[in-house]
Amino acid sequence: MSAFAEFEAAIARDQRIEPADEMPEGYRKTMIRQIAQHAHSEIIGMQPEGDWITRAPTLRRKAILLAKVQDEAGHGLYLYSAAETLGADRGDLTRRLIEGRQKYSSIFNYPTRSFADVGVIGWLVDGAAICNQVPLCRSSYGPYARAMIRICKEESFHQRQGYELLMTMMRGTAEQQAMVQDAVDRWWWPSLMMFGPPDAESPNTAQSMAWKIKRHTNDELRQRFVDMSVPQAAALGVTLPDPDLRWNADRGHHDFGQPDWAELKRVITGGGPMNEERIRRRREADSDGAWVREAAAAHAAKGTS
Amino acid sequence: MTSHEWPLFEVFVRAKRGLNHVHVGSLRAADHEMALHHARDLYTRRNEGVSIWVVRSDAVVASDPAAKESFFEPSGDKVYRHPTHYAIPDSVPHI
Repeated sequence: MSAFAEFEAAIARDQRIEPADEMPEGYRKTMIRQIAQHAHSEIIGMQPEGDWITRAPTLRRKAILLAKVQDEAGHGLYLYSAAETLGADRGDLTRRLIEGRQKYSSIFNYPTRSFADVGVIGWLVDGAAICNQVPLCRSSYGPYARAMIRICKEESFHQRQGYELLMTMMRGTAEQQAMVQDAVDRWWWPSLMMFGPPDAESPNTAQSMAWKIKRHTNDELRQRFVDMSVPQAAALGVTLPDPDLRWNADRGHHDFGQPDWAELKRVITGGGPMNEERIRRRREADSDGAWVREAAAAHAAKGTS
Repeated sequence: MTSHEWPLFEVFVRAKRGLNHVHVGSLRAADHEMALHHARDLYTRRNEGVSIWVVRSDAVVASDPAAKESFFEPSGDKVYRHPTHYAIPDSVPHI
């Protein structure tokens, strides 16, 4: 009997792995890396949209955007909480992010140039995130799967507010419509990159599928996202910037062009337009908040709580 | 861990009257009062609860997963604790 017979049997029976269970070191490391990377993405993801809170055009849009950015913070915290069940330390994970030793989603390294970007992020970026995350609700690691269930419930609000924002702008002036199209042109390809490299170049996929951490490959999810987005774009009245995008009746799916994978590599390794700025702000928030954390801890230490 | 890092708390939420408090996750806070406020902000942004418990994680005593068999097995062979153990004719109503 292998040392992890119970683990293997639980995976085979499609049961969840829970924190106190014995698990292979590789599984633990993979889960910590994936959950931390996901948590970092939520926290860094507050920045591109957060940039528009003070410039939202109406009080209603401002309240919506505040609620959404607060949700992203919440999602990050659910996920750090899940990572801690595996023995990771929250403060250590933040340090790894700030020091560039752990990654976050490449999508947040692009700037938000107009308020239409807020809508397109909700529609496409959160839409792609939903495609990725819905299958993760059945991921084999229990605390991660449960965090994903909470997150998916809230992402639906994110996507719908974005789409509604864009519908409103598309009913507006020609200038507003052009802003929406411009935002779609800039975000479409980075959104497709969110699913990761093509399957042939995704070395971790096979192991993650065997452990039932992932349920679908990158290319399967990318295809699903394209198929979902095409009718949504048509209803909105925007053009997706891909000359190769067309319905393929034989496959029952849309054919589409390949994103610029060299660009993805460049952005992941730090060369995106906003990489430095995102980390700089995260580091600043961490150091600016240090005195508050220390004061709260000192206050707690002298109290009876 | 540095001295100013906050302890971990487990959070339990009662979704509505009549239901038990259910574990929803954990968070970091300096003390119990802050843990309650953080739990409110983190786990009940959409009316998910009417009551919250927070408990320091290091105060939770858990059964030993390695002793799962010896700990839970004694109940396995006591089939007479289940109603289906007793054969009653179908003709007898409401039992």
